[in-house]
Amino acid sequence: MPVMRDDVVAWLERCAAVLEENRDYLTQLDAAIGDADHGANMDRGFKAFMAKLPSVADKDIGTILKTLGMTLVATVGGAGGPLYGTFFLQMGVKTANKLMLTPEDWAEALEAGINGVIARGQARPGDKTMVDALLPALEAFKESIRNSTPFGKALQRMAEAAEQGMKATIPMVARKGRASYLGERSAGHQDPGATSSYLILKAAADTWANAT
Amino acid sequence: MVALVIVAHSAKLAEGVKELAEQMVRGRVPIFAAGGLDEHTLGTNVDRICQALEMALAQADEVLVLMDLGSAVMGAQMAIEMLAPEVRPRIRLSQAPLVEGAIVAAVEASIGKTATEIEASAVEACRMPKVPQGG
Repeated sequence: MPVMRDDVVAWLERCAAVLEENRDYLTQLDAAIGDADHGANMDRGFKAFMAKLPSVADKDIGTILKTLGMTLVATVGGAGGPLYGTFFLQMGVKTANKLMLTPEDWAEALEAGINGVIARGQARPGDKTMVDALLPALEAFKESIRNSTPFGKALQRMAEAAEQGMKATIPMVARKGRASYLGERSAGHQDPGATSSYLILKAAADTWANAT
Repeated sequence: MVALVIVAHSAKLAEGVKELAEQMVRGRVPIFAAGGLDEHTLGTNVDRICQALEMALAQADEVLVLMDLGSAVMGAQMAIEMLAPEVRPRIRLSQAPLVEGAIVAAVEASIGKTATEIEASAVEACRMPKVPQGG
C-alpha cells in the first residue's frame, strides 16, 4: 500500500507525540548553544496543530500539510517557526489534491520542503543546522528508490541517514542562527534543529514502515 | 510617506523601540510594533508581523521594517510573501541595527524621505561613534 491520507495524519499525530516526549531533551540541546526554547516551541506548535487537525483531517494531503505550516509560523516562535512553516508549506504545495503518496511523491515533497528551508534560512551543509539532517536523509531516500528498495525500507534508510546527519552536527561550528554567536564554543554540542528534523523523519519511517 | 514596522523577539523590546522612535517624531510617522510570539512569549510570529505590515501599508506609500535577530528576518520575509504580490515592492527590510536604525529612520521619515533614502541613513547610523575616542 502507498501512504494514504490517513497515514499522513497518523505521521503528524506521531510527530506531535514524539516532540512532546522530547520537549525537555530538545530544550536541553538548545540551552547549550542557543536560547533554550526549541523543545517548548516545537511542542507548542504541534499541539496547536493537533487542535486544528480535526477540521482538516478529511481533506487532501496538501491541505493538511499547508495547515500545519501556517499553524507553525504563528505558534512556534523561534527560527523553527518560519523554517518548519516553510518546510511543511512547500510539501503541501507538492501534495495539493493528493489523497495518497507514492515513493516518488514523497521524494518530490521532501525535496521541495528542504529547498524551501534552504531558501528561507540560507544555510549550507556543514553550518550545523536542520539542513545537515534533512539533506542526507533526502539523498538516502532518493538513492533507495532508484535501487527499487520498497517504500518502507527506503524510509528507514532515510531516517538512518537523518540520524547520522544529526550526530555529524556535534563537532561542527555553527554558522547560522543563535548558536553562531557562540563561534567555536558551539562545537561539541548536537544541533537541536537537526535533532527535531531527525525526529520528524523518524516518525514518518516508523508510521509508514509497511508502505510499498 | 514611509511607515516603520519594528520586529523583535520580545513584545516589550518592539514596544520600547517604537516608544523611543515616536518620541523623536511625535505622531508624524506611523510606527507599528510586531514583537514576541505573543505579549508574554519570546519569539516572532508571522501572523503578527503580517498584521503590522497591513496596517502600515494602509497608512503609508512605503514601509521600512527594522528587525532584531536572524529569525525576525525570516519571519518578516515570510510575512511579506503572504501579502498580495502587488504590495510587496512597497516594503523594504532594513540592514540597520534595531535601536539606532529605528530612531534615524523615524527622523528621516518625518521629513518625507523615501524608503531607499531612509535605509541608507539608517545603515549609516551604525557607524556613528557611540563612545568618544579614548572614552
